[in-house]
Amino acid sequence: MSSITPAGVQAGTQGGGGGEPRRPGRVSLGGLSLNLRASGIYIAFALIVVLFSVLTDGALLTPQNISNIIVQNSYVLILAIGMILVIIAGHIDLSVGSVVAVTGALAAVLMVNMGLPWPLALALTVLAGGLIGAWQGYWIAYFGIPAFIVTLAGMLLFRALTLTVLGNRGIGPFPDQVRTLANGFTSGYLGNVGLGALGGADLFSLLIGVVAIAGMVTAQWRSRVARAGYGQSVEPMALFALKMAAGAAVILFLVVQLARFHNLPWVLVLLAILVLAYSLMANRTVFGRQIYAIGGNLQAAVMSGVKVKKVVFWIFVNMGVLSAIAGIIFAGRLNQAGPTAGNSFELDAIAAAFIGGAAVQGGVGKVVGAITGGLIMAVINNGMSLIGSPSERVMLVKGAVLLAAVAFDVWTKRRAGAAG
Amino acid sequence: MTDHILRMSGITKTFPGVKALQDVTLSVRRGEIHAICGENGAGKSTLMKVLSGVYPHGTYEGEIHFDGERGEFGGIRDSERAGIVIIHQELALSPQLSIAENIFLGNERARRGFIDWNRTNYEAAQLMARVGLRENPTTVVSDIGVGKQQLVEIAKALSKEVKLLILDEPTAALNDDDSAHLLDLLRGLRDEGITCVIISHKLNEVTAIADSVTIIRDGRTIETLDMATDAVTEDRIISGMVGRALDNRYPPHEPTIGAEVLRIEDWTVHSPSQPGRKVVDGAALTLRRGEIVGLAGLMGAGRTELAMSLFGRTYGVNISGRVFKDGKPIEIRTVQDAIRHGIAYATEDRKRYGLNLIEDIKRNVSAAALSGLSRRGWVDEHEEYAVAQRFHKSMNIKAPSVSSVVGKLSGGNQQKVVLSKWILTEPDVLILDEPTRGIDVGAKYEIYTIINRLADEGRAVLVISSELPELLGLCDRIYTLSEGRITGEVPRREATQERLMHLMTKGQE
Repeated sequence: MSSITPAGVQAGTQGGGGGEPRRPGRVSLGGLSLNLRASGIYIAFALIVVLFSVLTDGALLTPQNISNIIVQNSYVLILAIGMILVIIAGHIDLSVGSVVAVTGALAAVLMVNMGLPWPLALALTVLAGGLIGAWQGYWIAYFGIPAFIVTLAGMLLFRALTLTVLGNRGIGPFPDQVRTLANGFTSGYLGNVGLGALGGADLFSLLIGVVAIAGMVTAQWRSRVARAGYGQSVEPMALFALKMAAGAAVILFLVVQLARFHNLPWVLVLLAILVLAYSLMANRTVFGRQIYAIGGNLQAAVMSGVKVKKVVFWIFVNMGVLSAIAGIIFAGRLNQAGPTAGNSFELDAIAAAFIGGAAVQGGVGKVVGAITGGLIMAVINNGMSLIGSPSERVMLVKGAVLLAAVAFDVWTKRRAGAAG
Repeated sequence: MTDHILRMSGITKTFPGVKALQDVTLSVRRGEIHAICGENGAGKSTLMKVLSGVYPHGTYEGEIHFDGERGEFGGIRDSERAGIVIIHQELALSPQLSIAENIFLGNERARRGFIDWNRTNYEAAQLMARVGLRENPTTVVSDIGVGKQQLVEIAKALSKEVKLLILDEPTAALNDDDSAHLLDLLRGLRDEGITCVIISHKLNEVTAIADSVTIIRDGRTIETLDMATDAVTEDRIISGMVGRALDNRYPPHEPTIGAEVLRIEDWTVHSPSQPGRKVVDGAALTLRRGEIVGLAGLMGAGRTELAMSLFGRTYGVNISGRVFKDGKPIEIRTVQDAIRHGIAYATEDRKRYGLNLIEDIKRNVSAAALSGLSRRGWVDEHEEYAVAQRFHKSMNIKAPSVSSVVGKLSGGNQQKVVLSKWILTEPDVLILDEPTRGIDVGAKYEIYTIINRLADEGRAVLVISSELPELLGLCDRIYTLSEGRITGEVPRREATQERLMHLMTKGQE
């Protein structure tokens, strides 16, 4: 019955308690150590990037390679966005790889075999993804079968459907517009500018980058002012400026490198929009809050008036829609829909979510975390292939990273709760 | 010279940043029932964890002497081998296994690695007879009530040849019959020579059963009282626990009772697990503004079931009856309906049903009222913060900030978060189910004050409680419930424990 009341104090001093307020007099370095659990993933990502930059003699961060990493992993990252929401709600989706395959096949049939105009075909494909999600969401939310079972069945069902539609061959080629979306770049609408020693770069891409930085700083600043206005504690000005400067530097570096190569990949634009939209949705909307509430304590959510079944249903519809988008992009990139498309994508998406800080029990996780988790795996993949590691060693490292990430999470949680 | 089976001396247990126990002494005589009393957080459970080896030897300072030997336990297995068994409040039974399997779990009756089922069930039956549990040893544990499960735990302890039995809040989840049986059983065990240590908040039980009482406050031993020689009363123990004489456990309150706000008629609820059984049977209640109404009943009388069926049909099937809000008939089919009609229900089990323990205070406070804090689906986070901040102050929630995680708060503060959450939905009717369960004496007083304030704001409050003194001290009017039927309605000035108990048992046997 009795518990040690000042457990929060203990967690705070140990560095385990994520939500503890900053102690006055602590500097930015202390702030980072306080929030190790929340920010560990970003630090790990930075370290991995640095590590592989060194190992590859800088090849990792060349303009073309950055572009490759983004384009080659975009579909897993899109899946990870949907998957993190599913996992926060305390469920899982094993079917996304098969859904990627079946929606890719559907898009191919609609465009290539039936000759539908591509915008209509894409809209129908996305709709089909939503229906697939609704099918699974119905069994999970309203019929009460565990998501693990429903989506395991879905994994088989939709793979079977793909094979039925495609037989044993691929369908292609796709219209140019779809290939551009999946594989192409914004064209140099405003021409090039010289960047001195760095050579020529696309002005349009650079401007987008500057707008993105301005947007980020403005939004953060306004939020800071509003928080202060409501009497909430805000981080010290120096730390705020440091964070903004770091964020701006990363964006600027990325954009300059991309502008020097081929301009911005369209999938990066799509991904940026999705990440922004879903982060806002998760943090700031009632729907997003209810996802966390369901995962944190299902019973309490029910007793608080959350329409649990409805929320779970729509999470799976959303997962279906995002799987369809990923399916289109994957098929478009290969320029054909194949029967083995999307194999084991579900595992990559799930791994991205857990590396990115999701909790196995649900209730915890962030969209940006899942993206970072996906990028960590992407950089490991890419970096190790650049230095010529065989694929079994890549797999070994990825498995170890997944285990280590979750072990770290469990460890920090246990340390924080030691006195509870 | 007295024969002490257990002597703990100079026990100091430090967690980083906090001293949970400081120089604690505990001496238990052989063959007595020794009670340990203290507020939540006083260090009782920590002390028992030190004793049972959950915190292994070396992680604390001080000495343990048990049964004539030094107790340096590296884990629970060590302490059990020495004859110390601890039964926690949350029972550690495996619900899908039989009674016999549970009794010998981890201690299986086996021959060459294979379970000897005849011996298992035979020995289980003998142990069950010792604790007065009349069930078949092969019955699955989830099919018997909490009271009987408690007996299974004790039988399990006896199977390990226990010398010192520690019970942590053994009667917290039991009804009065089961509690009385359990206390009798403990007396019987004492006569067999088994020493018992009980940790209990129920001071009437402590004074009834214990031979001596050790009081712990703020991680220190305050005193050990001998029931035979010292004049020990409940108030005497309370003053030791809180460090001051407590003249009044309930804040004074002058009610201003207004118009009727909620009335239910002919309310009948059927059990979801046993079709056809009426859990609530034709109940009728009236609640008025500014009034605190109690609902008394023994465990299983249907109190929580009545409340939950009313609160958006979160319990029961085949619910029938009429509900009137401000005189007009209303339909409540979902929790959302209930909230919209201004009804709030704070559950008896706040950790399971009331709170998201991994979230912070502000997100828990806003959880049931997000629609009011949002526009077109977007939550106004600044307003949310401001609201939580207001409750942090007005409810005196002891936490560093509204961003503190709720799971780390004490029971009393968690309950304040639950109350804040429901007050934010601006209810006209608050149903509070066991609002002070597992909360220490000081925090109870605060909760009572809050309940009085809610009534003074013109709300109707329905308090469900197992503790009759609490209902008598708090409520303006008390309904009694027995076997799903309302058996009485007693105004405050006419209410006595005897009268209520009489009504609560009406219609049984």
